[in-house]
Amino acid sequence: MTSEVKGRFGRFGGQFVPETLMTALQELDEAYDKVKNDETFQEELRYYLKNYVGRETPLYFAERLTKECDGAKIYLKREDLNHTGAHKINNALGQALLAKRMGKKKIVAETGAGQHGVATATACALLNLECIVYMGAEDVKRQALNVFRMELLGTKVVAVDKGSATLKDAVNEALRHWVTNIEDTHYILGSAMGPHPFPTIVRDFQRVIGDETRAQILEIENHLPDAVVACIGGGSNSIGMFYPFVEDKEVALYGVEAAGKGIETGKHAAAIYGGQTGVLHGAFMYLLQDENGFVQEAHSISAGLDYPGVGPEHCHLHEIGRATYGNVTDEEALEGLKLLCRTEGILPALESAHAVYFAANLAKTMSPNDILVICLSGRGDKDVHTISEALGGNLG
Amino acid sequence: MSQLKDAILSVTARGDKAFIPYIMAGDGGLEKLKPTILKLQQLGVAAIEVGIPFTDPVADGPTIERAGERALANGTTLRKVVETLTSFADELTVPLVAMTYLNPILAYGVEQFAADAKGAGIRGLIIPDMPLEESETVQPALSDAGISLVQLVSLTSTPERMERLTKASEGFIYAVTVNGITGARSSFANELEEHFKRIQSYTDTPVLAGFGISTPHHVTDFSSFCSGVVVGSKIVDSLVNEDWAAIEELVSASKVAAVK
Ligand SMILES: Cc1ncc(COP(=O)(O)O)c(C=O)c1O
Repeated sequence: MTSEVKGRFGRFGGQFVPETLMTALQELDEAYDKVKNDETFQEELRYYLKNYVGRETPLYFAERLTKECDGAKIYLKREDLNHTGAHKINNALGQALLAKRMGKKKIVAETGAGQHGVATATACALLNLECIVYMGAEDVKRQALNVFRMELLGTKVVAVDKGSATLKDAVNEALRHWVTNIEDTHYILGSAMGPHPFPTIVRDFQRVIGDETRAQILEIENHLPDAVVACIGGGSNSIGMFYPFVEDKEVALYGVEAAGKGIETGKHAAAIYGGQTGVLHGAFMYLLQDENGFVQEAHSISAGLDYPGVGPEHCHLHEIGRATYGNVTDEEALEGLKLLCRTEGILPALESAHAVYFAANLAKTMSPNDILVICLSGRGDKDVHTISEALGGNLG
Repeated sequence: MSQLKDAILSVTARGDKAFIPYIMAGDGGLEKLKPTILKLQQLGVAAIEVGIPFTDPVADGPTIERAGERALANGTTLRKVVETLTSFADELTVPLVAMTYLNPILAYGVEQFAADAKGAGIRGLIIPDMPLEESETVQPALSDAGISLVQLVSLTSTPERMERLTKASEGFIYAVTVNGITGARSSFANELEEHFKRIQSYTDTPVLAGFGISTPHHVTDFSSFCSGVVVGSKIVDSLVNEDWAAIEELVSASKVAAVK
């Protein structure tokens, strides 16, 4: 269904990178093809996912949320219960193990909110790899706690003050670092985006979310879900959740982009809904840009969704109509967050709160026999300062 | 035939080396573009590389990136650069080579860009984030407009790739001299001479060295084993400081007297 010819998903994806990176991407492609079918590698990965990350994560029936919405039965896939608090560790650990196999001793990564940075710093400490993380200077200020965590874990955090000093600029700087240190360094990209083979590698390391969900729901309900909902930053937790269901036509797939202060204000991060096709960070994808092809800053209350593009496989799923992409504003996400706190005693990450809000509305339109699964990509502890500020408090 | 290649070959036929300065269009204001280009061509350069600013210049180091930020702050766009160049295209005596990331060209429209660029005196194009494998989208329109698509060959390109890139490159071959991004360097790897000889063995298209070249000494050193050099960050800095003496010194280092 989603073809991978030359790293393409339909007309999206590709390898739009400087020539210096091409050989490294081909090496990575070959190395990944090898480990993909190498049982000792997969065994090692499973060992760490189980004993270190704490998988499998529960698929939890949210009974009070279900009652409140009075529609479909709502289940939560609890990625928030992973070590380090989000799905990001699935990919960071997989790629760190891959880097070891490739004989690379140094890791570079980018981070926005700091979740991927913390996950990568964690995997590097575990596997004794040297790690450097680039982070926009604006985000360093906003996410001081995660900067401190990364440093405790032995990672060097470098603030990027160029461009808009946010996630996209951190990706630029991580790519530059990789080009310059290509011999001994692997780049652990944090979402299902970037040049081939990254979108495929990240999806494969995240598909554990969907694979577990599929087995769990069949065990509990003996029935596939009618709808699956996940939030979209670059698109990794969502593609990980969607992928094992793509061939199951009866399962509706919903991705939720960040509408920020509202699509009409222009201050949002909804690349599929509000962008046009273009090339950034190695891939042809939907992109927030102006009429000159200059990339525009994304805006979202959640730093993890604050990215102007979206992974190429989602662009393709959108184009062929297999998945549906909605969007949720900052304010609505806060409503979703409060709803989950109040009904289930779970504080979701602001990113995941977008999925919660969208799913709650969707559930209301469905019947009590229907099943809806929300990918709860992370927990909200990292966001308490932002939340308190948005709600008029003064924790921050 | 490639007008760009012809222009370079006519320089090397004299025994000189081809010197191509890189400038960032719009740095210091678009009104500087015409006088800068006209003055550079008077100094005897083989061609002029005109950089187009972009919001996300992944292949560039701090000097060119900051120049691009200044140009963007001035409101510089691909469209405005093409318009400005067109206004004095009839005064050009050397070919222009545009260097732009891919997305501004896609937004402009590939066919429209190729046609307009031709009228602006652009004879060559470098797209640093578009490797050979992805060039099908722009190649036909460029060919129609007589614009040479220059390929970069890097130190990390495998021999098989190197051969493919070299044979596909039009105008000249841009041989990247370092692993990394644009910007001044103090030293280069030792095996460069071997590397350049291998590249030249595949083709009669001239091979030029670029990335990191910043002193007259570098220019003469590289000239001993390739057809010329591209100098970027050092030119950009010199233009900001209005240090034309430094630019003249660099260009002189490519002339037959110095190269001997
Ligand atoms: C908890 C959480 N969810 C979602 C995201 C968005 O990323 P992606 O779309 O790759 O899942 C992030 C990114 O930082 C995150 O931390």
